[in-house]
Amino acid sequence: MTPEMTPVATPFFFYLLSGLAIIGGVLVITRRNAVHSALALIVTLLAVSGLYLMLYAPFVAGVQIIVYAGGIMVLFLFVIMLVNIERTVKERQFNRIWPAGVLAAAALLGLFVSVYVKGKTLLSDPVTGKPLWPDPTISLPDSSNTQQIGVMLYGNYMFAFEIASLLLLVAILGAVIMAKKRI
Amino acid sequence: MFLDHIWLIPLFPAFGAAMMFFFGRRMQKAAVSTVCVGVVVVAFVFACVTVVEYTHFAHGTGQPFEKIVYTWLGSGDAHLSFLKRDGTPAQFNADFGFLLDPLSVIWLLFVTGVGMLIHIYSIGYMAHEGGYYRFFGYLNLFMFSMLTLVLANNYVLLFVGWEGVGLCSYLLIGFYFHRKSANDAANKAFIVNRIGDAGFILGAFTLAWYLGSFRFLDINAAARSGHYLIGDTVLTAAALLLFVGACGKSAQIPLYVWLPDAMEGPTPVSALIHAATMVTAGVYMVARSNAIFVLAPTAMKTVAIIGALTAIFAASIGLVQNDIKRVLAYSTVSQLGYMFLALGVGAFAAGVFHVFTHAFFKALLFLGSGSVIHAVSGEQDMRNMGDLRGRIPTTFKTMFIATLAIAGIPPLAGFFSKDEILWQAWRSADGGFPYLWLIGFGTALMTAFYMARLIFLTFYGQPRMSQEVEHHIHESPKSMTGPLVVLAVCSALAGFLGVPHSLGGSNGFEKFLAPVFERGTEAAIAATEEPHHPAGEEHRKLEWLLMVLSVGAAVVGGGWAYRHYALAGKDYPEPIAVKAPPLYTVLYNKWFVDEAYDYAFTGRRKLGDIRLGAMGAGEASSWFDAKIIDGTVNGAGWSTRAVATLSTWWDKWIIDGVGVNGPAILARMISYPTRLLEWGLVQWYALVMVAGLLGFAVYYVWK
Amino acid sequence: MAEITTLHYLVVAAALFVLGVIGVLTRRNVVIVLMSIELILNAVNLNLVAFSRMWGNLHGQVFSVFIVVDAAAEAAVGLGILIAFFRNKETINVDEIDLLKW
Repeated sequence: MTPEMTPVATPFFFYLLSGLAIIGGVLVITRRNAVHSALALIVTLLAVSGLYLMLYAPFVAGVQIIVYAGGIMVLFLFVIMLVNIERTVKERQFNRIWPAGVLAAAALLGLFVSVYVKGKTLLSDPVTGKPLWPDPTISLPDSSNTQQIGVMLYGNYMFAFEIASLLLLVAILGAVIMAKKRI
Repeated sequence: MFLDHIWLIPLFPAFGAAMMFFFGRRMQKAAVSTVCVGVVVVAFVFACVTVVEYTHFAHGTGQPFEKIVYTWLGSGDAHLSFLKRDGTPAQFNADFGFLLDPLSVIWLLFVTGVGMLIHIYSIGYMAHEGGYYRFFGYLNLFMFSMLTLVLANNYVLLFVGWEGVGLCSYLLIGFYFHRKSANDAANKAFIVNRIGDAGFILGAFTLAWYLGSFRFLDINAAARSGHYLIGDTVLTAAALLLFVGACGKSAQIPLYVWLPDAMEGPTPVSALIHAATMVTAGVYMVARSNAIFVLAPTAMKTVAIIGALTAIFAASIGLVQNDIKRVLAYSTVSQLGYMFLALGVGAFAAGVFHVFTHAFFKALLFLGSGSVIHAVSGEQDMRNMGDLRGRIPTTFKTMFIATLAIAGIPPLAGFFSKDEILWQAWRSADGGFPYLWLIGFGTALMTAFYMARLIFLTFYGQPRMSQEVEHHIHESPKSMTGPLVVLAVCSALAGFLGVPHSLGGSNGFEKFLAPVFERGTEAAIAATEEPHHPAGEEHRKLEWLLMVLSVGAAVVGGGWAYRHYALAGKDYPEPIAVKAPPLYTVLYNKWFVDEAYDYAFTGRRKLGDIRLGAMGAGEASSWFDAKIIDGTVNGAGWSTRAVATLSTWWDKWIIDGVGVNGPAILARMISYPTRLLEWGLVQWYALVMVAGLLGFAVYYVWK
Repeated sequence: MAEITTLHYLVVAAALFVLGVIGVLTRRNVVIVLMSIELILNAVNLNLVAFSRMWGNLHGQVFSVFIVVDAAAEAAVGLGILIAFFRNKETINVDEIDLLKW
């Protein structure tokens, strides 16, 4: 990686974007109005896409914006408009077992934290003894990222790629059959 | 080549009928006439060519020609077979197949020929009527059905045509549907015919059950094979049932009542359906089944007696009727009686010959009467006619020829056929009997009388119609008189086809039909064993004597009519009414048969609150059933119900309560804690998943 | 500020994941539940891309593309079911979807 291409102010952007993503996530699960939730989700998605850019993954970032923010979220908004009923805004927003759910999520978070803390010692390089993740020197050739992903998709992952296309076809048919009043 | 496409003949008129059904309403009258008459002309020409090919180029010598287009019901499959009476399996097969043999040749020719003439006549007759296309559509449909009937090679297809002509008869009798009497007459014809049809179906299926096939050729072969004795019970029953069908269609006692009323239809219909063709279907069917009938002497006797009685009975009614078409209607019934008399004494060829000649002169009489009615502005009552001979000369001349023919004046057609029947009634080996001859002789006398009466009242005497009507009298158009002339020629000459041996002829008609009516071994032996069989010179002398007697009867009957009616003015006296008033009343009211049927069958007549006749008997037995039988049944029902109530209580509370629901409740109580875990909230299941995931991860991390 | 390591990304992803789980487990509105699932998937994607960066190969990114495909399919079918359900029952609350309980 040439010095010119070294990102500037990396920590600042990282904290900004991750802060946006997490705030967006919180808003998604707390808003009464589903439209607000959807807008918050878009913010989260865009922020995550920024994080991808910082990780030298421009193709994934592009896919994130185009497919998620551009496609899936539009679908969500359409459906929200289709099934939008005023009633749900005024109703209870959380189900009866929400304390149990929050508890389980907290336990999950605890698990993550303990694993990360533990992992520092458990998952170090057995030869050098250095921890694995703080190594910033390994970098990806970002200039040909998309090209290389394409080569992999049509090379190693050929079969999976075809399966994925079939999955999309099935999903399209399924969605049409579900949503149509009369076939 | 034409013979192979014989199935086209019925389809020509069917095409015409279909055209009328789909497009008739929008077609001009000229177009309707062109199509409908055209298809019948084509059918006639095709039929003629086919017959020529059949007689001259095909098998020759009367071998039946059979063409099966396809199997219409049933198939060769084993699972469609049924068990015959003797326990062997037989195929249920009804083909869409055609049979041409001398018998169907005769019918084919005169049905298409006379039908064609009547179609042409109808162009003129119906010119000013509404429903022109409807009329011609029905006529074509009738031709289709009749040809199917005549050409069918099995009883089932014959029945299709049989019902088809019945339907067309119904439609055409009720053609003037705004007249209640026409609708009533149509219903009457249809209902009475149903009775006969039921008999026909039963007969046909009895034959199939007994002999294993519907095909005429199979049945004839089986009947003539000698396996079945003369007087076989089942065959006798089958023959009688078939004859019930013939009675309905051909208007024999006791089912003749619909035919006179059928005159409500337009006159060409009366000529075509109710005189020339359809009503001879019964004769055709009996002649077609001759192999069965000769094995059933009882049935033959029944046919002969019914025929003779019908002949004289209908003729006696015809003596005093005043409606010109009704006289002809009773005349038709009477002549049909003659035909059955011939069939019944085993003279099938003579009966068929009479059908053939009768088709010409009776169609001519009806068409002529239509022309008369046309001339006098729709009047049908002969009391309001008279002195028409100079004003409608063609109609007069042709009708006069027809009258001579039906009366049996030599050498016109009716003479030969009728004398053949009378002679056979006297001496036939299959139950000829002088009394039958006597009845036929009396009928001949009456026939001559009422036909001459019709002619004299209509064409001679003083004019009795109103001034206005008299002013309008005119001869009918060419399209009506043309067929009359053709039919008159036929009526005059058709008899020469069957000049009997005793008059120096060769009886070509009978010879032509002989292959159809040949006897099987059993019947042939019986025929030769007949003891009183006058032969040779003596035989011929007797036949001449009978011939002279019947001609004499015709002359005498005509002479009587001349004496009483030739100069009839207004308020002329009826001779029978003068000499025997009660007899006149009885005859005039048609022997009160309609009233008797009304009392016996319709249930409209009541004595107080009680219905009479069959419906009354039905009501009485209904009452008995409702009160006595059902009372007993209900009593049993009540006691059953009481027991059942008790048993229900026991079942509900003891068996179900303790025995069945007890364990169920127990199981429910035990299962209650597990139920708590599965309470239908999908997020609960997700939560359990998360818990599982946590447990799994914790186990791995802190193992 | 300190260098941003892979661990930072993992922490962010863990936070998003937990938020998604809370949404899935507690919200009544089905649409929001589906959105929460998207959050979870995003968290996974973020992990994958971060590890891809760490190991210096592209397998993680390819996987994340597949997950995006999967998410799209899941959203389409899920929302189709939602519409069909809404047409029948006039509700989009998870706890009222319990026809199979009996």
